[in-house]
Amino acid sequence: MIASAWVRWRMRLGAALLATFAGVAILAPVIAPNDPNSQFQDKAYAPPMRVRIAEGGSIRAPFVRQQVLEDRLARRFRDSDTTPLTLIWFSDGRLVTLEPSDGPLLLLGADSLGRDLFSRLVHGARLSFALAALGVAGALVLGALIGGLAGSAGGGIETGLMFITDFFLVLPGAYLVLVLRGALPLILSTTQVFFLMAALFAVAAWPHAARGVRAIVATERQREYAMAARAAGAGPLRLMRHLLPAARSFLGVEIMLLIPALLIAEATVSYLGLGFPVPTPSLGTMLQDAAKVSLMREAPWLLAPAATLFVVVLAVQLVVWTSAPATDLLVGRRRTQ
Amino acid sequence: MNADLAAFIGRRLAAALLFVVVVSCAAFVLVRIAPGDATTDLYMQRGGTAAVEETRARLGLDRPMVSHLASWATGLLTFDLGQSSVYGRPVAGLVKERAGATAALASLALLLAAAIGLPLGVLTASRPAIAAAVAPISIALVACPPIIAVLALLLLAIETGWLSIAQGSYAVPTLALALPLAAMLERLQSRAMAEALASPDLVAAAARGVPRGRLLWVHAARQSLRPVLGIAGAVVGTLFSGSLAVEMVTSWPGLGRLLFDAVAGRDLFLAAGCALVGAVLVAVSNLLADVARALIDPRVREAA
Repeated sequence: MIASAWVRWRMRLGAALLATFAGVAILAPVIAPNDPNSQFQDKAYAPPMRVRIAEGGSIRAPFVRQQVLEDRLARRFRDSDTTPLTLIWFSDGRLVTLEPSDGPLLLLGADSLGRDLFSRLVHGARLSFALAALGVAGALVLGALIGGLAGSAGGGIETGLMFITDFFLVLPGAYLVLVLRGALPLILSTTQVFFLMAALFAVAAWPHAARGVRAIVATERQREYAMAARAAGAGPLRLMRHLLPAARSFLGVEIMLLIPALLIAEATVSYLGLGFPVPTPSLGTMLQDAAKVSLMREAPWLLAPAATLFVVVLAVQLVVWTSAPATDLLVGRRRTQ
Repeated sequence: MNADLAAFIGRRLAAALLFVVVVSCAAFVLVRIAPGDATTDLYMQRGGTAAVEETRARLGLDRPMVSHLASWATGLLTFDLGQSSVYGRPVAGLVKERAGATAALASLALLLAAAIGLPLGVLTASRPAIAAAVAPISIALVACPPIIAVLALLLLAIETGWLSIAQGSYAVPTLALALPLAAMLERLQSRAMAEALASPDLVAAAARGVPRGRLLWVHAARQSLRPVLGIAGAVVGTLFSGSLAVEMVTSWPGLGRLLFDAVAGRDLFLAAGCALVGAVLVAVSNLLADVARALIDPRVREAA
């Protein structure tokens, strides 16, 4: 009983995290306090601003302190003691900002060019998430069509299509994407990258879905309604239309598995410099800054995109990983009962 | 040795050979049809048309694709993979040493992951207390694909000095590959064990009074081998994909980084060579897994 409550709680936590992530991605322009690409002078490597509500022992509206650059070479900042900067809510179409004369609000600090890391992260998550979603949609359509056709046609078509599927299935995804990416121009605009990468990801990710759909549809083909449809003269395509709905719940699980996989794929490709171009923020392009060993100690906030990826993948794991507690099935326990 | 097993291995070998040929030719064609070639940088830098034409002729880029591909494929028979335009070295030697580095990294990570994950999976399936302690760690690690894990380990290494981050040190790259895989194997083994323990023959064995340790580590563990070996192909893919990210972050001189250099530099022969060797590695690993499966489960031999 306790175990199942824990499973339910875990699923809810994962779903809540995913919903938050999706909400932030959709509302990115409202949530980001600054333009993701504007570079603020003297703010390079500024640490995250701490939002405070207590001043001199009394509670007041949330505020931050102005950051003063102490040492440009050592990139050392300190909080100034002058009047606190009160956060401004819902002004100018943004959730929270500072008075323009007070400078930028840097909730997660700034990157090497003095850009607001939080705004870049929010916009980057939006772009990466949209790309992953489009890629998943493409992969599922391809997988459902190929797997569905194989399963409902049977015979030679099935053998041939499954041979191709297995061929793609054993290719390491990252290598496949890298080589396919190699066949495209190296320099592309953000829009081009978005659609081309979604297509590449669909090509790399469909086989697993196709295999699952084929298995389900092939089983379904033995049922009476399928036989009736065939007896009534339905060809493989029409039969597939009747059989595919049986794979719906499988495809639902597949979405949950593919979204993190494609987020990671985007991160890898963009990290390599073959994804979104500079200065477009995405989780992958931001990893380029995060992966600099020399900066990790001084500016750990640059790892925020990696942490974001971790939380998203974790959330999916929490939702998907619903195995019944294995210990309930243990023979040793049965013996004691 | 029985005949059906030999026939099975023969069919698998033929499929593997076809796989290697198709993958390397496809890589060749893809990089060849890509806009821009190995002379693009040369053209951009010096603008000398004569030098560009000369290089294109030397690399065979002025020939029609089919004859170019055919001559490359003929060279394969004598292990001549052509000359890399990025490195200015024969591709064969380059690819051999880099593939060795990746294979060393991946196999070490696989060994480590199996050594941690599989026994732990048996334990979590049988002992609730251990399961409760391991499960959160396991979920967190599964959510740490190598590209995230390598960053986390680098941060750990810098903050604590527990791991060496020196160039060529195995610690960070191996752990980054092994930890998520170990967690995945632990989950899988645990589930397979649970299913095995619930099967009627195991219940019967328990009823006969087979000791608990023997029941777990011999009877159930043997049954759980089949589903675990079933995902061997996926594990190989995960290892290679993860290795690419890890190699890029830690500057590990492996096959993934070489392929990246080839693709970014439009190095036709190098890209094709990397694809060839990568395909061989993938095919051999899958072949080994298939043979292992066929050995423990006769049904597999007839199926494919």
